[in-house]
Amino acid sequence: MSGVGSTEPQGHAGLAGVSRTKAERAQQLLSLADDELILGWRDSEWTGIAPTLEEDVAFSSIAQNEIGHARALYELAAVELGTDADALAFDRAPDDYRCAPLVELHLLEWAHTIARRYLYEEADRVRIEALMRSDDTELAGLAAKIDREETYHRLHAELWAARLRDEPRFRSAVEELWPYALGVLEPELRPELARRVGLEVVPAQERGAHTPELAELWDEMTEVRRSIPGAQW
Amino acid sequence: MDARTQEFLGYVQDGGQVEATDWLPDEYRQKLIKFIEMHANSELMGVLPEREWILKAPTLQRKLALTAKVQDEVGHAQLIYRVAEDLGKPRDEMFADLISGKAKFHNVFHYPTKTWGDVGVIAWLVDAAAIISQKALLKCSYAPYARIMKKICWEESFHILHGRDVILALMTGTDAQRELVQEALNRWWGPLMQFHGNPIPREEDPMFVWRIKSQGNEEARQQFLEGYVPQIWELGLTVPDPNLRRTDDGVWEYSEPDWAELKSVVTGHGPRSQDRLAFRARFLEQEQWVRDAIAA
Amino acid sequence: MIFEVFRQEKKGQAFAHAGSVEAPDAAFADAWAREQYGRRGESEALWLVPRTSIHAITEWADEFDLKYRRVDGYSIKSRLAEARERASAKSSGA
Repeated sequence: MSGVGSTEPQGHAGLAGVSRTKAERAQQLLSLADDELILGWRDSEWTGIAPTLEEDVAFSSIAQNEIGHARALYELAAVELGTDADALAFDRAPDDYRCAPLVELHLLEWAHTIARRYLYEEADRVRIEALMRSDDTELAGLAAKIDREETYHRLHAELWAARLRDEPRFRSAVEELWPYALGVLEPELRPELARRVGLEVVPAQERGAHTPELAELWDEMTEVRRSIPGAQW
Repeated sequence: MDARTQEFLGYVQDGGQVEATDWLPDEYRQKLIKFIEMHANSELMGVLPEREWILKAPTLQRKLALTAKVQDEVGHAQLIYRVAEDLGKPRDEMFADLISGKAKFHNVFHYPTKTWGDVGVIAWLVDAAAIISQKALLKCSYAPYARIMKKICWEESFHILHGRDVILALMTGTDAQRELVQEALNRWWGPLMQFHGNPIPREEDPMFVWRIKSQGNEEARQQFLEGYVPQIWELGLTVPDPNLRRTDDGVWEYSEPDWAELKSVVTGHGPRSQDRLAFRARFLEQEQWVRDAIAA
Repeated sequence: MIFEVFRQEKKGQAFAHAGSVEAPDAAFADAWAREQYGRRGESEALWLVPRTSIHAITEWADEFDLKYRRVDGYSIKSRLAEARERASAKSSGA
């Protein structure tokens, strides 16, 4: 059962009585937004080449939802930082992104892709639950909206995880990505994730240092935008 | 032609429609499957030039819109392949024939995309040419195909808006952006003029004779020119054909399209034909284990 | 397995056949049909039915031409005209 009462893990968002600076809030929003943008970008790469046509359509909806979540989060951050969502999404240098390494990995192979979806949805759910309890009512409200849309993502991830449960390549992909999944969450939320997934807490692949894959992704993602800086598209 | 087939022909020429479970003359069934299969293949292969640009889309809105557009095309492929499957050809066999070159896909999807200008031109003009052909299928004598065309045409209406918006953003942008559009148009004009096929009179076109489509090739091309050349000109763009003009009778005259190029391209000799088929083959093979795993 | 998809566009309307999806089971059919037939919010509801559960009826026997079972089997117009004529002839005095 999920924790209730004093042992319940509290993320930064849930620390009542501790006021965060605008900068801290912006950084938290950017972490969340960057995770969703980069994962959405990775997931959108499957459009047209998923294992079946029916799955292709469904998976593309998930990728679009992730980009939509990213956009909503960037819009909140943009207000704090005096800029706009597109500038935050595209005009920062690769080192300035605050995404977790999990979403940066180039995994154009189905077992790894589903393993990542499954682990990310579990981690994100723990995170969203904490955010929905936050004193930050604006962020809590957005988290609730995101949570409702995630119902489909969870249904989809669980469906595939159940179907591939006995596939060796899926099981090994989950094990391989597990330290990365832990790195999506703040340390105090990791035991809860471990409990839900049924694995032990291990040293995580922490946020902060980026994989070389992010820089490659960024190059491709920003190629057109950089070709004519400041242009309307 | 035997009496039963003759009767069937009369029936469809009178506007009659048939279902999957009705008796179909062999000739009709074969031609139908081939036509539908080529349409499905085209939707599927059309995804490949466009999906590169999903990854490079320069704003969040464009990324969402382009992903949705390409998603629709995959969805159309699904709808159309299903119709062909119900006519008796399994999906795996259609994929195998596509990869081997035995089955074809439309010319426009054999060409490279080079810039964001291509993204605009494809969504605005290539899709427009395709929509004209698709509308001519709404009354197809084979009812299951006619019915899915309704959903397809509805979804295409979003694509037209998207295409127009991309083009207008570029045309009201910098000189460099306007140049992207003109340059893309210069490259796409030839394939666009070939797209609807050579001007075989419709009475000699089996697709029209059997009322699979309700319009001949030249009729479709004229409709495209009538609808879109004014739009091109009003934006200050030039069409790279000095002979393009509209006569007083409302007929468009133009330089003879390169029919040899069309033939060469659709038989797999286009600039990107082979590497796109190889890309598709690679993922089909790579993910075969997934289809096996979920079928089990 | 092929699942036929029936779609209700607006509340109160009939469900109409919209197409089909190929899926290994109902759970996958649900996940996939949702997006193929509802991603733009264009459907109020969907029914998914395995094709093997559909029992089709396409042939009918109508040998004895029982017109009274159809709307066109009645010649109301001419009889009504006659009845009205009689009524007005009567009221205008015989």
